[in-house]
Amino acid sequence: MDQDQLFSPPGEAWQQVSRKLVDLRRLVLLVSVILGTAVVAVVLGLIVGLPAVVAVVGAGLVALGWGLWLIPRNWRAWGYAERLDDLLVTRGVMYRRLTVVPYGRMQFVDVASGPLERRYGLATVQLHTASPATDAKIPGLPAAEAARLRDRLSALGEAQAAGL
Amino acid sequence: MTTTPGSEADGAKPGRVDPTPEHFRRLHPLTPLLRGWGFLALAIGIGGQDALRSGEMGRFGLTALAFAVVGMIAGLLSWWFTRYGFDGDALRIDSGMLNRRSRRVRLDRLQAVDINRPLAGRLLGVSELRLEVAGGGKAEAPLQYLAVDDAVRLRAELLARAAGIDADTPEAPERVVHEVPLDRLVWSTVLSGAFVTGVVFIVGIGVALLFFRDSEVTVGLLSSMLPGVIAIGAALWAQLGRNFAFVLAESPDGYRIRKGLLDTQHQTVPPGRVQGVAMRQPLLWRGKGWVRLDVDVAGYSGESSDDSQRTSTLLPVATYEEAAEVLRQVLPGSDPLSVPLTHAPRPARWLRPIGWKKLAYGVDDHVVVVREGVLYRNLTTVPHAKTQSVRIVQGPLQRRLGLASVHVDTTPGPVDAVIAHRLPAEARAIAEEQAERARLARKTDVPEQWMARYRQQSAPRPDGHADGDSHPAASSERDQE
Repeated sequence: MDQDQLFSPPGEAWQQVSRKLVDLRRLVLLVSVILGTAVVAVVLGLIVGLPAVVAVVGAGLVALGWGLWLIPRNWRAWGYAERLDDLLVTRGVMYRRLTVVPYGRMQFVDVASGPLERRYGLATVQLHTASPATDAKIPGLPAAEAARLRDRLSALGEAQAAGL
Repeated sequence: MTTTPGSEADGAKPGRVDPTPEHFRRLHPLTPLLRGWGFLALAIGIGGQDALRSGEMGRFGLTALAFAVVGMIAGLLSWWFTRYGFDGDALRIDSGMLNRRSRRVRLDRLQAVDINRPLAGRLLGVSELRLEVAGGGKAEAPLQYLAVDDAVRLRAELLARAAGIDADTPEAPERVVHEVPLDRLVWSTVLSGAFVTGVVFIVGIGVALLFFRDSEVTVGLLSSMLPGVIAIGAALWAQLGRNFAFVLAESPDGYRIRKGLLDTQHQTVPPGRVQGVAMRQPLLWRGKGWVRLDVDVAGYSGESSDDSQRTSTLLPVATYEEAAEVLRQVLPGSDPLSVPLTHAPRPARWLRPIGWKKLAYGVDDHVVVVREGVLYRNLTTVPHAKTQSVRIVQGPLQRRLGLASVHVDTTPGPVDAVIAHRLPAEARAIAEEQAERARLARKTDVPEQWMARYRQQSAPRPDGHADGDSHPAASSERDQE
C-alpha cells in the first residue's frame, strides 16, 4: 500500500475543515511572532545592543515564514468522515494520525468557540470517549456545520450507546 | 459561619432545594476526628516550632487549643450535613452547609467498590468506602468514614442494586482463586529492580567509604546513601507492604481482592468491568518464572501513577501457570496465551534495534494481544468489546521506513495496547478490522446489570440491551446555594 493511502478516506473523500482556519491561524501566528520578537528584541537590545536586535528580528522573520508555509499544509491534512458506525478523523503533517471512534463509545461531544474563532464564524468539535487517548478533535468547522455534526453525533451516540 | 438573609431566601426558593430524605444516614461519628487530625498536627507542628524558638509555651498552647476547637466545630458541622442513601436506582450523597451539594451516582455504571481501612481507621473500627463509576474523569468522593459493618452492608447493597437484583440480597459467597505466599512476596520484592539498585548503590558507597578515612568525606558519603535507602524502602512498601496477605477471590459479584499490611484494601470488581490485562515479567523474575498481572478498570486510574499502581494489581506475583489460569478466567471465552501472533516486519529493526523480533500481535474472537519487550517482558490483552477507539499514528521516521503504529485505546490505566511498527497496508487493515470487531463484540458483551438476566429470564427484553443509557453521565452533581 502506498504511504498516502494509509491515511486516505474509506471510499469517498475527506470532508475538509473551513479554509478560514488558515486565516485565523495566520493571524494568531503573526500577532504572537510580532509581540514575542518585539519583547525579546527590546530586552536583548537594552542588554547587548544593536546586533542582538538584528539577530532576534531575523529569527522572528524565519519563524514567521516557516509558520506561514506550514499552516496551509497543516490545514490540508485535517479531514473527517462520518461512516455508518464510526467517525474517522485524520490530522498532522509530520506526525500523521487517523482516529476511528465508534459512535457507541462516545461519552460526550464538546463544541467550543473562542472569541477569535467566533469572529471567523468557526467552532471546534471534540468527541470524548472513556479513553483520554482518543484525540478526535475537529477544529475550524463553520458554526452551522459544527452544530449539525454535534446533533448528529449525539443522536447516533445515543442510538448506539454501549456500557463501558 | 454567618448566613446572609439573601442567600437563605435564595435557598428557600422551591425547586432549587431538594430536601434530603429523612431515611438518609450520616457517616460514622468519629469522622471529624479522623479527618481533622492531620490539620491539627500541622497546626501543632508549625506553632510548636515557633513556640520552641520564642519560648512562649502558654500562647502556643492556647493557639493549638483554638485551632483544635475551630477544626472540631467545622468537622462536626460538615459531618452533620453530610448524609447518604439510595434515591431511586442511584446512590445520593448530600453534603455541605452553606453550599449544598447533592451528588447522585448511577449504579448501573458502577465499575468497582473498594473498602479501604487506613491504619488509624483500623484502630478505631471504621473504614472508607469508595465507588468508581468512570464518570467525567475525576474520582468519586469516597464515603469517609463508615463503621465496618455498615460499609460491608452498604457494599452488598450497592453490588446487588448494580447487578439488578433485590437490594437486600446478602453478599454472595466467594471462592479463593489465589493466595500469595509470604516467602514468594518477600523474594519478589528482593528481586525487584528498585531494591537491587538501592542495594548496589549502598554497597558501592560502602566500598568507597573504605578508601576515604577523612571524617568530612565520610559524613558526605553517608548522607548520599539516603537515595539508596529510600529506593529500598519504597520497593519494600510498594510490593511487600501493599500486597501483604494478597488474596484474589471470585464470586458472582465479580473479583474480590484483599491486601495490605498497615492499610488494608478490599476491592470488588464486578463481571465485565475489566478493560484490559497486562502480564509482565521483570528481568530478575525470569529465573523463578514469575509474572505479575495488572488490570485496567475504568475509574481506577487515580490522579497519580502511585494511586493507579495501588489499585490495578490483579496478581502481584505468581507463577506463569497460575497467572495464565487467572487470565483465562478474567477474560472468559479466550486464551490470550495461545493466540497465534504475527511478528513485526523487518524494517522495524531500525526503530527497535533490541527487541524487534519480540514485537508481535495477535487477534482472536474476543481479544487483541500485543507482546513486546526483551528485558522486561510484557503481554497486553484488550477485549474487543472494551475498545474505545482505534488510532493509526505515523511519525516522520516511520514514514521513511514504511511503517505505522496502531493504538487500541482503552480507559486510563497501566494497560496500553500499541501494535507498533507494522506495514501501512497491514496497519490500515488492523485498524479497520479492529473497529468492526469491537462493534460486533459490544453487542454480546456482559450487560451492565450482570444479574438482571437471571431475574428476567422469563421475559427477555425486546431490544437486548441493558437499559439506562439514555443519560450519558454516570454521576451528576448539583450545587445549591
